Order: sequence, then C-alpha cells, then structure tokens
Amino acid sequence: MPHRILTANHLRDGGVVFLAADGGWVRSPEAATIAACADDERGLSTIAATAVADQTVVGPYLVDVTVTDGRPVPVRARERIRVSGPTVPADFRADAASA
Amino acid sequence: MYQYDEYDQRLVDERVEQFRDQVRRRLSGELSEDEFKPLRLMNGLYLQLHAYMLRVAIPYGTLSSAQMRTLATLARRWDRGYGHFTTRQNIQYNWPKLEDVPDMLAELAKVGMHAIQTSGNCIRNVTADHFAGVARDEIEDPRIWAEIIRQWSTLHPEFSFLPRKFKIAITGSPNDRAAVKVHDIGLRMLRNADGDVGFEVIVGGGQGRTPFIGETIRAFLPKQHLLSYLEAILRVYNQYGRRDNSFKARIKILVNALGAAEFARQVEAEWAHLRDGALTLPAAEVDRIAAQFAPPVLPPVAEPIPAFDMARLTDPAFGRWARTNLFAHKVPGYASVLISLKPVGGVPGDATADQMDALADLADRYSQGEIRVTHGQNLVLPSVGKAHLPDLWQQLTALGLAEANIGLVSDIIACPGLDYCALANARSIPIAQRISQRFADIGRQHDIGELQLKISGCINACGHHHVGHIGILGVDKKGEEFYQITLGGKAEEDAALGKIVGPAFSYDAVVDAVETIVDTYLVERRSGERFIDTYRRTGLAPFRARLYGETIDAAA
Ligand code: SF4
Repeated sequence: MPHRILTANHLRDGGVVFLAADGGWVRSPEAATIAACADDERGLSTIAATAVADQTVVGPYLVDVTVTDGRPVPVRARERIRVSGPTVPADFRADAASA
Repeated sequence: MYQYDEYDQRLVDERVEQFRDQVRRRLSGELSEDEFKPLRLMNGLYLQLHAYMLRVAIPYGTLSSAQMRTLATLARRWDRGYGHFTTRQNIQYNWPKLEDVPDMLAELAKVGMHAIQTSGNCIRNVTADHFAGVARDEIEDPRIWAEIIRQWSTLHPEFSFLPRKFKIAITGSPNDRAAVKVHDIGLRMLRNADGDVGFEVIVGGGQGRTPFIGETIRAFLPKQHLLSYLEAILRVYNQYGRRDNSFKARIKILVNALGAAEFARQVEAEWAHLRDGALTLPAAEVDRIAAQFAPPVLPPVAEPIPAFDMARLTDPAFGRWARTNLFAHKVPGYASVLISLKPVGGVPGDATADQMDALADLADRYSQGEIRVTHGQNLVLPSVGKAHLPDLWQQLTALGLAEANIGLVSDIIACPGLDYCALANARSIPIAQRISQRFADIGRQHDIGELQLKISGCINACGHHHVGHIGILGVDKKGEEFYQITLGGKAEEDAALGKIVGPAFSYDAVVDAVETIVDTYLVERRSGERFIDTYRRTGLAPFRARLYGETIDAAA
C-alpha cells in the first residue's frame, strides 16, 4: 500500500499543516509522520479528529506520497502544489509581501 | 455613484458584528466547522488550497477612489500586499487569517462595501457592462437596474436557499459586454417599436459542466415590471430546480429539461399573480436611484484634439495603446480608458496595494474619482478628457499598467486554478504567464489582432473557457495536469460555445499548441478577418490538421 501523510488547514490562519510524529502540527511536510500501514493511518486519523474537535485544524485528510531519502513527496500534482505553495513567480509574491 | 442610505449602512454594519461574534464562537469552540462553514460562506469566506480566501463584492463593477483605497488597505494590512480581480467583477484576497476577517469587513463597511452573497446558493453580485453610463452605444445606464436588483435580492428571505447559486448580468447596450447570454438570467435593454425602453429577458445560459447559451423567454419587458418578473422566474426555479444533484441544480438544466417555451409559460403563469402588485416599481423610486447614477458633468470638447492626435502620431507606443485601450465615450472629447492587468508574465487580474492606491489617485485626477472593474479582469477609468491621455499614459507606464494589449492574445482571462483553488484540476495562471511571454512582442500581438483566450482550471469554468475564441480547460489525468483546447467560443451578442479541437495537451505542450493555433489562423486568414471570423469560416479542420497531423482520427 502507498505511504501516506496526514494534512489539514490550520483553523486560525487557514495555512497548510501536517501531523508530526509527536502529535503536533507542523508547516513543513518533511517533518510529517509517514503512515505505512492501515494501523498507522487509523492512529493518525484519531489524533486528527481530536485536533478538529479542539479547534486546532479543519478538513484533515490523508495524502499519498512516495518517500525519497526519507522525505515524503505527494504523488498528485494537486497535493504537490498544496504543499509547496502557489507556483506563480516568487518575485511577484515577494514584492507584494514586502509592499 | 450610489450612496448607501441609512438602511443599507445598518444592514452591512449589523452583518459585520454578527460575523465577528460567529468567528469568536468558532475560535472558542462553541461552533463546530460544520456549523460555521455556511456562516462564513454567507460572508464570502472560503477555505482554499493554502489558506482562507475572502471574496468582496463590487456591485456592477463600479468603485469610487475611496473604495479602491480601502481595497488597497485590506491587501496591505491583512493580506500579502495584493488582490485578485475576478471574472465576476469582484476582488479576492488569497491570504486572510480567520481572526482578521471581521476587521476587514468592518473596514469595508466604512466605504459601503461587503462580502454578502458572494458565495452560497443565493442571488450573487449582479454584473453589468463596465462602460455603463458612459458608452456611446448605450440606450440607458444598466446600473440603475442592477442596483434595484441588488436591493431586491439582498437577504431576500425566499431566495436565500435556492437549489444553486444564481447569477444575473445586465447590459444597457446592443453590443453586449456583460456576457448576458451565459448567465442564469441575462437582461438586455432595448427600445421597442413605440420607442419605450425595456428588457429582453434571457434565461438558462451558463458555463460549467453543462454549458448552454441562454434562451429569450420574453422579447420585451416594460421596465416597471422588472422585479415582479424576476421574482416569477426565481419562484419557478426555486420550486422546480433540482436539489437532489448539485451538478443538475442550476436553472439552465431546468430550462433545458422543460424547453424554453414551457419554462416561459410557467413564468408567465406565476407572473400573472405578481404583476402590478407590490413589486411594481414606482417611477419616483426609480428616479431616486437614477439620480445617484447621474452622469458626471463633462463639458463637451470639440474634436479633433491636437494634443492627443500629436502624441498618437509621434509616439508609436502611445499610438498602439490608444488603438487598443480606449473606448468611445458618449461625450465628445472624452474616452474610457482600459487599464490592463495583464502585463507580460504577470498574473491576470492581480494588482498590488500600491497599484490600487496609485489608480485611486489617477481616478481622482483624471476620471471624477470613478473606477470600473471588467469581467475580463481589467480596470477602467470611465471618463478621461482626451487631452489628458498622454499624461495619463505616462503615469500608467511608470506603474507598469500601460500594456497595450486589450482584446489581444495576451489579454487572457484566467481563473486562480490549482495555484489557489481547492476545486482545481490544473494550474491556469502559469499557462497564462507562459502564453503572454511567448507572444511578448507587442507588434506581433497587434498584427494577430482581436483574440480572446480564456483559461479555467476545472470544468466550473470560472475562467469562461467555453466562450473564449481559444478556450483552455485544465483536466486531471492520473494526477497530472492536462489541458483541453476549444475553439470558436464567443461571449457577446452572437454568443457561441467553443468546440473541442482534439485530445488534451500536457502542461509542457499546451503553449506550443496555442502558438500553432495562432499560426494556423495567420496562414488561413483572409484580409480583414479576425480570428473568430476565420474560425467561423473554416471550422476546426485546418487547426486539427496542424495540431495533430495525420494521427488525429486515431487519437481522437
Ligand atoms: S474554474 Fe475551477 S479551478 Fe478555476 S477558480 Fe473556478 S473552481 Fe477553481
């Protein structure tokens, strides 16, 4: 079965977050905990349900990844873009962000 | 411009405080996401791919300079310094934080703006011709009626839970610049044989999964009956529109299932109960609203205007811009100026906070403090004296806002696509950027001439690909981005839906395919033919042959 990581949006700022091994939520997919079996996935989903209930995150779901050098890379284009942010030229966004 | 009365202002202010309380209760856990989601959507707040997105209504695309400055403030203070003007004449902010949104809405309310009914299954922001009130070819200013519809439809209790969202567009000119044939209801003002002005009522147009060109169900509706007739249409739809399948819930599906004649019959039957009732518009009320749209006092200036003609003849760059970015004004000596938000390599429809502020200043200086948003994701200064155009152009050039490409191949409509949108299959923006870079030579663009290219990141068609001369639709093939191309779509009075040219292209190949299509047109065109004319004469065949060669029949 494919490897999976668990992602959601942060309730307060809407940002993309991932569930880490210690049960916390992190911004970087590199720090996400990788589920390799159905038991792992059930464990992640239980933690996510708690995080939804206590207003930390919204809309958690599992994402298929391939693991390269220990780092998870989403299989689908949609999830790769969701992880890395908009692909529009960074200079525009950087200009805009500092404006 | 329309000024909020006490009632409008109270409604908007109260809504801000209600939403502030709803956000507070969400953050404290009193409301679950399931409870909160419909509340935030009623206030234009979506959760997108990377963040929340706030969609702010710009009724009929008209903004004052003060409102534009507020939009800039929102971008600067609570977002990442920019905003995105949409194909429905609205603006979207891509990075607001949930806890900041009540403050953003409060700031908007100070200038009579809000995000009410920019989402959900209700009557959405009414769109109109962006040259309303100033176009030389106009019969009457459609914004008076758009405003009347806005007041009628805002928080209308009967129409707050329609089967699906509902979009109305209105044009006051025989030359349709509001795409009225691809809306749930399109209204076209016209004069009947007696010289009275009324509406042609078009119903059931729309794009998306099942696109239709709207059908005329009433050739002439006297103006005073507008609201009762709209109410009759909405009642028939509200009762019989499908609620079991969201893909089949738009009014276009109902109109198509019943047939336009039967749908019209049901509307007329309903209208028989409503006409001449409480919704009949008293002339005094119409006059009161019309007075708020009184045209600016512009003393006519005899043409020709030497300063303008001199600049046109002596500066080729200005001459090019004057050819594509000006529109005929009803007062001699003035022009409406289109400001392109499509610089080479830029994001269609994006403007930075600094650009918005600068445009507000230019509007104050040159255009009576008024700005319009087009459904083509550009901006307009509606009334500029022609003698001032060279100065204005210099200043727009300094701001990076003087691209001379309105109506040309790089004036691309593109939805946010997979860079932002949670529903997307594929990216739209980088495709638009690469196409505009490929055709960066502005002389080449002018040689190619009028060509509308429209890109949607999924079948919801926010990028209007169905009605692009060249339409590009993002599709998902096994988790990768592909692009289906259609040709021959058109959004104006002779509206048409594009036809699929053949198998989809990969992300890497799609820009070459567009160039091949343009090159094919250049080979095929006869003197004076625009892209759409050539396509209408030749059909798909020469384009297919160049794109796919011999393999097309096997591949298709
Ligand atoms: S067309 Fe699809 S991808 Fe584009 S903005 Fe609309 S829903 Fe999103």
